[in-house]
Amino acid sequence: MMDFGFSISPSSTLNLDKVDLTLYDRLCDIEPDAKKCMACGSCTATCTSGPWTGMSVRRVILGIQRGKEKEAAGMLKGCMLCGKCTMVCPRGINTRHLILSLCRIYEEEGK
Amino acid sequence: MKDNIVIIGGGIAGMEAAHQLLLLGYKPILVEKSDHLGGHVADWHKLFPDMSPAKDAVRDLAEKIKEANIFLETEVSFINRLKNGYNVMFTNGVNVICKAILLATGFELFEASKKEEYGYGIYNQVMTNSDLERWFNTRKDKRLDGKDIRKVGFVHCVGSRDIKAGNPQCSKVCCITAIKQAMEVKEFFPDAEVYCFYMDLRLFGKKYEDFYIKAQMESGVHFIRGRVSEVSENINGQVIVKTEDTLSGKPAKITLDLLVLMSGIVCNQQAVKTASMVQVQTDSDGFLKSKDNILNIIETGSKGVFLAGTATGPKTVPETVAEARAAALAIHNYLVSLQ
Repeated sequence: MMDFGFSISPSSTLNLDKVDLTLYDRLCDIEPDAKKCMACGSCTATCTSGPWTGMSVRRVILGIQRGKEKEAAGMLKGCMLCGKCTMVCPRGINTRHLILSLCRIYEEEGK
Repeated sequence: MKDNIVIIGGGIAGMEAAHQLLLLGYKPILVEKSDHLGGHVADWHKLFPDMSPAKDAVRDLAEKIKEANIFLETEVSFINRLKNGYNVMFTNGVNVICKAILLATGFELFEASKKEEYGYGIYNQVMTNSDLERWFNTRKDKRLDGKDIRKVGFVHCVGSRDIKAGNPQCSKVCCITAIKQAMEVKEFFPDAEVYCFYMDLRLFGKKYEDFYIKAQMESGVHFIRGRVSEVSENINGQVIVKTEDTLSGKPAKITLDLLVLMSGIVCNQQAVKTASMVQVQTDSDGFLKSKDNILNIIETGSKGVFLAGTATGPKTVPETVAEARAAALAIHNYLVSLQ
């Protein structure tokens, strides 16, 4: 094909009609409190590893709500399970437990 | 006591003030432009936070003010200032000399069609919060009857926090109303996915935050942070909503079967006209101007003219009722001071 010197960049638009919520629904079955997140960011701010690894519980939950499973899995790798996020969560979500449950689901699915 | 008191507006503020004035021994005159009492609340279905029927609240208040002089389908033609009071002429031909006037003139809902980009009155599947309440009451609306409703969206801040629409103020009660209506819609259509598009959730009142948690946990309402920018229609008659998912930092779009616009509270323009007859001006937010916005929201700059309810800004039902009671007491104290 002739090279015209430009390429097509994919749209960054999130198409909410096509979001696959299978993983999110599975997570909510085990950890119903995942639905309680109000995206305040306390967990991200307090995260010991976040500044170096990109880990953010808020963005993990959001990623799964938007069908971005791979991005969420990538972030989870940075977690050291220190549990500070659980301590600061104003909605009382056991985020540490949620992270472990999520890792278990990922493992079961071989992701 | 023979001092006449005129209450303009037969919504819950006017009704509660009339009730309290009756208890204090006065016989207030209540004028209402429509053919029924209760104002906007009379058109609502259920009231947060207890989800009690709105018609019960209106009926209970109406029951308590039977002794008052009530003129329905009546407006104020003109008001003349007298030495120690006012001469009020009504459109039904009645002329009253009174010492105190209560402006309980309420609000208007923002006209959603002014936000043309949201498509109210243009696309079939777009309605307002008040249309939805009417459907809850009557179960008649061509946007819902016999329709397969699988995805519903609620747009917060329609005509509120919008300088270009002329309303910089927060309309205050729409956040909780949207959550309440989202949960009610979910009851009618349990399989539907319901989305709320918000900038902030301003859930200030008693039990409001509990509503939010319940909507997330039990109803599974999806909250997308971002103001809806535009709405279009597809060939199936569904609406396509565009917003930014500001939490993801990405533009987002979604196809919906029904879109509900949370029209905000704006000042009643007719009230501004009536208020100008007694030299009560509007404040910088467009609502009627109180003497002082901290300690004296009930009184005005005009002697013997008082305010209650949403005439001075967006308010909840309990706030309005409390203000109406305060206004009744302020009127009583004023009349006593004249003796």
